[in-house]
Amino acid sequence: MEFETVIGLEVHAELSTNTKIYCGCTTEYGGKPNTHVCPVCLGLPGSLPMLNKKVVDYGIKAGLALNCRITKLSRMDRKNYFYPDCPKNYQITQDEFPLSRDGYIDIEISEGVIKRIGIERIHIEEDAGKLLHTNSGTLVDFNRAGVPLIEIVSKPDLSSPEEATLYLQKLKSILSSIEVSDCKMEEGSLRCDGNISIKPKGETKLGIRSEIKNMNSFKALEKALGYEFIRQEEVLNSGGKLSTETRRWDESTLKTYIMRSKEQANDYRYFPEGDQVTINISDEWIEAIRSTIPELTHEKLARFIKEFDISSYDAMVLTLSAPLADFFEATAKISMDAKSSANWLMGDISKLMNEALITAASLKFTPEDLSALIKLINSGTISNNIGKKILNEMFLTGKSPGKIVEEEGLTQNNDEGEILSAVIEAIKASSTSVEDYKNGKTRVVGFLVGLVMKATKGKSNPQMVNKLILQELNKL
Amino acid sequence: MELHKHKAHELKDMISKREIKVQEVITSFQARIDKVETDIGAILYNDFEKAIEKAKKLDLSLEKGENIGILSGLPIGLKDNISVEGMQNTCASKILEGYISTYDANVTEKIKSSGGIIMGKLNMDEFAMGSSNENSAFKPCRNPWDLTRVPGGSSGGPAAAVASCEVPLSLGTETGGSVRQPAALCGVVGLKPTYGRVSRYGVVAFGSTLDQVGTLGKDVEDCALITSAIAGLDKRDFTTVDIPVQDYKKSLTKDLSGKRIGIPKEFFGEGLNEDIRKKVEEAIKVLKANGAIIKECSLPLADYSLAAYYIISSAEASSNLARFDGIRYGYRATDYKDGIDLYYKSRSQGFGNEVKRRIMLGTYALSAGYYDAYYKKALKVRKLIKDDFQRVFKDFDALISPTSPSTAFKFGEKKDDVLAMYLSDIYTVPVNIAGIPAISVPCGFVDNLPVGLQIIGNYFKEDILFNIAYSYEQSENWHNTMPSMVPCLSIKVGE
Repeated sequence: MEFETVIGLEVHAELSTNTKIYCGCTTEYGGKPNTHVCPVCLGLPGSLPMLNKKVVDYGIKAGLALNCRITKLSRMDRKNYFYPDCPKNYQITQDEFPLSRDGYIDIEISEGVIKRIGIERIHIEEDAGKLLHTNSGTLVDFNRAGVPLIEIVSKPDLSSPEEATLYLQKLKSILSSIEVSDCKMEEGSLRCDGNISIKPKGETKLGIRSEIKNMNSFKALEKALGYEFIRQEEVLNSGGKLSTETRRWDESTLKTYIMRSKEQANDYRYFPEGDQVTINISDEWIEAIRSTIPELTHEKLARFIKEFDISSYDAMVLTLSAPLADFFEATAKISMDAKSSANWLMGDISKLMNEALITAASLKFTPEDLSALIKLINSGTISNNIGKKILNEMFLTGKSPGKIVEEEGLTQNNDEGEILSAVIEAIKASSTSVEDYKNGKTRVVGFLVGLVMKATKGKSNPQMVNKLILQELNKL
Repeated sequence: MELHKHKAHELKDMISKREIKVQEVITSFQARIDKVETDIGAILYNDFEKAIEKAKKLDLSLEKGENIGILSGLPIGLKDNISVEGMQNTCASKILEGYISTYDANVTEKIKSSGGIIMGKLNMDEFAMGSSNENSAFKPCRNPWDLTRVPGGSSGGPAAAVASCEVPLSLGTETGGSVRQPAALCGVVGLKPTYGRVSRYGVVAFGSTLDQVGTLGKDVEDCALITSAIAGLDKRDFTTVDIPVQDYKKSLTKDLSGKRIGIPKEFFGEGLNEDIRKKVEEAIKVLKANGAIIKECSLPLADYSLAAYYIISSAEASSNLARFDGIRYGYRATDYKDGIDLYYKSRSQGFGNEVKRRIMLGTYALSAGYYDAYYKKALKVRKLIKDDFQRVFKDFDALISPTSPSTAFKFGEKKDDVLAMYLSDIYTVPVNIAGIPAISVPCGFVDNLPVGLQIIGNYFKEDILFNIAYSYEQSENWHNTMPSMVPCLSIKVGE
């Protein structure tokens, strides 16, 4: 039987606030164990949580960027479970009234084909500490306890591991560009769990799902979901029955292993957190946050195509990094020549940046400088080749193109008389060329142009040189 | 000089007039503690050295003519669930034996900054669960009026310590009557402020939506004094409210003219000791004589308070007490096989029976499939009870009732009858459920045992409570009667 798969992802992103969700401790990654702690994040007897407003701000921001509806009256709840990395043995999270609901993001599943993936909910919560297993026993580091998280739960709208990857990439790009999380999967600031089930092709009823934990890289996500699809398929094809269970992806064996079955599932006994008042989110608050959301990558891409009339490929390359996109937009506006701006940035400038391992944010010259360069070329003041030389100089020194042209006398010579005498000189000096030309070998023109350019230190207008050489050769 | 017999406000006057030194006050109370503590058992931890050191500093400040704050060097005892940096904070539980607080509770900070001196940590029912102090894991606390009887609970230590003159002022905590009931049984004044009036930061949580720090003193003026020192907004407790704290001293007047006082008939029903009823009725006559307008009223839903209370408080406790697991601090069993066994054994051995009973009750009430029937329903009942009080407060400034249906009972009398024990809070618990303030003030004796009069007010109307309580107290003279404290060392109590 042929099966299709249904996937939903639960993504945890650490918010990049300076301090923790319920106390003033730093959220900085690492640090000596148990140094970023206080009575609140250690859950010492008597301590009370004080909700960091910035966490709510960031949660709202993520909700808006992911097209969610913000919950006007949101509430914190307790999730009760015993685990040594959980200092209070309950986590303060949100159950019934999450910060936002019902959003979506669009992914491009193949060239030009967009699929909308629903977002069920986004809620704020606290992170737990970290267990360190050593030979002498297990140690707990609470530096991470109380670091704010948002959990983003997708609808089961993903139909393949590839789609799951695209979704996570898009999510990561959005969360990074709105600057609520640094989304470093290697540091655990972006973590992904998923639910996957399979069903016979065309069947509408969902199958029995398993929850997969520990898919903490894009590679792991795709491999784990791929593995799980095949595992479930094999179970069903061999006449077996699936059961609702939680499984763990193992990076070394590339397999998933059962952690607990449905019967062993925790009863978290959620109930309202009495130490926190209801979070009352006004329209003004929401609008204030909305105004801080920068344009998202996919929105910028669409706008570039429309506003600057560039190809979708160019727009895609230019919006890969925010500094590059900003540099392009500024240059295109000043120079009024989007095509040249794009070409310079995607070509020579990108090459120089790649060699120097820098981004557009640390370029020594400005969009004004690049625009000036483009204008010098467009007006015929300098040739394209001279332009490239000037760019190198700009890249190294940050000097303006006007200054470089002036200092090195690189202005293009458009004086027809002067160029003509140089052309005549060149033809005289190379009598064989004339013969060759008459015998139909037109490539000698290029050779002669080279001679003229060399004699005039490259400053002659190349089009004019070309024209005059042909004119003189045809006269002979 | 027998300074310990004085009221706190009298000592405060003497200190500010420089008639006595703070050190003398501390020394006098320490001498009193040394003399009677073996009989009373109100104190779990006593730090004379630290107290006298602070007293010396305050005396120096006073010599320089500095203002040392409204508590001006008075010794204060804190229930052993209120954090004081560097002092134990055991909640009278084996599971926290040896645990030292690393920070000050908000009320502790406020006491220190108002010139109060922390004399020690006081006995209580384990984790504030109980109405007789018999659930203390460490030692029994006795009622100074009759050493064969309980002081009430859970703030048995704070009430007995004040009644026996071991400290002039103390702080207790309430989740369901735990300050007012022992205050009544020990013949002292005890206030449970409005939920949100006093910060809970640093107070070990029992039922987070009910917990509130309460104040105890020998008379109303003392109680008002310490209440003004600890009340107010605290940014670290989200449930505190930014409403200015009234000048309670202004409320200490005898005149009650125009005050409308309601007598809720449900608080005088079956189970109330007849002699206590008579005492309360006599008290009502006094209030009437002082100008109050007295009328009967009804709070039909108050009867459901105990049921709602035991579900809500136990559910919250089951979660709040989860952190006591033997991993990071406190008691850890020694013979565990693995992590789960460590939890299981540490908690089984560390908690006493009543605490375990409530954790189990609360866990059950929050479990999948039962949540709606118990916890959620209890929250609905709580809302109705709140509304019921609000309806009544449209017509009344305050309500009057007995604080407790009985006087102090014998050790062991109710220990094995859980329901009988729970019923001793029947008149106090509705107040906690509604989050409103109430005060218990002594109103005479039945068989030589103190009786408490309860005055209930609307949100943040502590000033009205002090007014009525003061008016009554000044018309009688109960607050000047002291227990004779016949030493009774032969009595064996507890298990």
